[in-house]
Amino acid sequence: MSAILAENIFKTYGKRKEIKALADVSFDVQQGELFGIIGSDGAGKTSLFRILTTLLLADSGKASVEGLDVVKDYKAIRKTVGYMPGRFSLYPDLTVEENLNFFATVFSTTVRQNYDLIKDIYGQIEPFKKRKAGELSGGMKQKLALSCALIHRPTVLFLDEPTTGVDAVSRKEFWEMLKNLKMLGITILVSTPYMDEAGLCDKIALIQNGKILSINTPRGIVHKFQKSLFAVRSSHMLILLNTLKEFYEVDDVYPFGQYHHVVMKKGSSEEKLHSFLTQKMKNDFELKAATPGIEDCFIDLMKEN
Amino acid sequence: MRTLRFLLQKEFRQIFRDPSILRIILVLPVIQLLILPWAADYEIKEIKLAVVDLDHSGYSMKMINKIISSEYFVLTDYSSSYLSALDDVDKDKADLVLQIPVNFEKDLIKESQAKLFIAINAINGVKANLGGAYLQNIIQDYNREVRLQWKQIPRFSPETQIEITSSNWFNPLMNYKYFMVPGILVLLLTMVGTNLTAVNIVREKEIGTIEQINVTPVRKFHFILGKLIPFWILGLFVLTIGLGISRFVYGIIPAGNFGTIYVLAAVYLLAVLGLGLLLSTYSANQQQAMLLSFFIMMIFVLMSGLYTSIDSMPGWAKMITKFNPVTYFIEVMRMVVLKGSSLTDIRYHLLAITGFAVVLNGWAVVSYRKRS
Repeated sequence: MSAILAENIFKTYGKRKEIKALADVSFDVQQGELFGIIGSDGAGKTSLFRILTTLLLADSGKASVEGLDVVKDYKAIRKTVGYMPGRFSLYPDLTVEENLNFFATVFSTTVRQNYDLIKDIYGQIEPFKKRKAGELSGGMKQKLALSCALIHRPTVLFLDEPTTGVDAVSRKEFWEMLKNLKMLGITILVSTPYMDEAGLCDKIALIQNGKILSINTPRGIVHKFQKSLFAVRSSHMLILLNTLKEFYEVDDVYPFGQYHHVVMKKGSSEEKLHSFLTQKMKNDFELKAATPGIEDCFIDLMKEN
Repeated sequence: MRTLRFLLQKEFRQIFRDPSILRIILVLPVIQLLILPWAADYEIKEIKLAVVDLDHSGYSMKMINKIISSEYFVLTDYSSSYLSALDDVDKDKADLVLQIPVNFEKDLIKESQAKLFIAINAINGVKANLGGAYLQNIIQDYNREVRLQWKQIPRFSPETQIEITSSNWFNPLMNYKYFMVPGILVLLLTMVGTNLTAVNIVREKEIGTIEQINVTPVRKFHFILGKLIPFWILGLFVLTIGLGISRFVYGIIPAGNFGTIYVLAAVYLLAVLGLGLLLSTYSANQQQAMLLSFFIMMIFVLMSGLYTSIDSMPGWAKMITKFNPVTYFIEVMRMVVLKGSSLTDIRYHLLAITGFAVVLNGWAVVSYRKRS
């Protein structure tokens, strides 16, 4: 049985249904899987999460969590899932401890009963348990939110952009925590706009404008990328970018960290690119072959659609 | 039940942790109750009177003295030209102009009748009305005195005369505070109840905590009760403070039973909290909630009979007041405080307020959704 199953979900907003948030979204997540929904802002990630956590009704389509229908069995789902919304939404005027206790009690459980599950995460913020939640730093808020989402031992965890606005170190720590939770057999659906986090998931779905572009393992997605990719650098990056855009052999070019990534058209070669650059940029450039990452695949898929 | 207990614990914790809420609940009503009844006084005093005396006679002097000594009027101008008096009205230095014509005394004695002219500044309607009426009363009184002086009134008057004596029931001294303070107290209760509930729930929407609560198994019914009960208790607390102030500051001792007031207030607060709840389901943020409740409060205040008599409103306005819970509670408060009405006397009011409580809360519960 799939832990999460979505079939042909459509969701529109607005009086005349003019804003399409989700269009024909289908995917399934196996039990104990760490599944990533990767997409830029406004791709429909949050709408999808809200439908799966029974907060929002889809226009059409079916979805189930742990075999429970999100419309009919919403009460049962609410008992078994943990949800961490994208925005920090705990009580800022209650202390860390009070927030945790409160969420434990609304699920009719206690912190002590489930302490082993959150020990690793909550342990890090426990020294500040008397502090008001609103006065915590971003990373600590995130840990508290995760603790609160875990306090009732959910079997499925929904994390909507948990690392947005969190520093790089905390992000890394956070993903370590997710890995540990996965080991405990908890199914995790996580969304993120960061491509580098995609590689840490078991399986990812790339989503754009409410449509799923591709579902695969991170390796599988990269594997599908068959075009030749190069990284180019120069002391005049902007000129380089504009020059490359004019080259007819180039399929796509975009800034990528310190380099520009250049996707070549089929049948083109490194020599052609090299000679073009020598002609245009004189010797002020550095060219090397690049291994495609998830981001390259995503950009490619986006272009195709 | 256990869930409800924890929800209540959480609410109270948040309320007592927020110093501004406590201040709003405790200090503001006290200040308002201490200030407003003094301002909302219908008794018009110190009406500015300009006299244009063209007669300069003993009779005219006597009349002016009588007017001034009534304490309602202050003589701001004593001139001999109507135009200059009118100029005073223009500059807002006079509310009333009394013109005594030439030969006032002579006509009065010889012809047994004389004419006076009163001009009234009608910009402030209430003041103009009352001022004019006061002045006419005084002049009539003066008229009678003059007549008494001249002729011996026979033991049995040949002409029929109706003399009117009136006594003010329930408020013998016509003390406006007895009348206003209970009304203002009702308004305070309404504002505290509606605003706090509406803003509190909308705040949960704003900071997103409602989302977090919605994915929990907490039942809608429990969540709403968890919001209503704390403010219901606070409302009764505010009422107690208010009754204390009316007792110790204004010396108002209800003629009726405190129990009656509290029974009514308990039901009334449910209605008011239900309204706050309803507003919160229709607003997305605190600003919207505040504005909505502000506008509704305006209508509630002006159409409640607190300041103006409902009986003198046009028919359609009377209908609106019937849909205003404030109307009923103000009436009850006045009935209980001044008249000593008991629960049996106010049973229809109680019924109406219960109706409001049921409808408003029912509506709010139906429109509050844990999912959209």
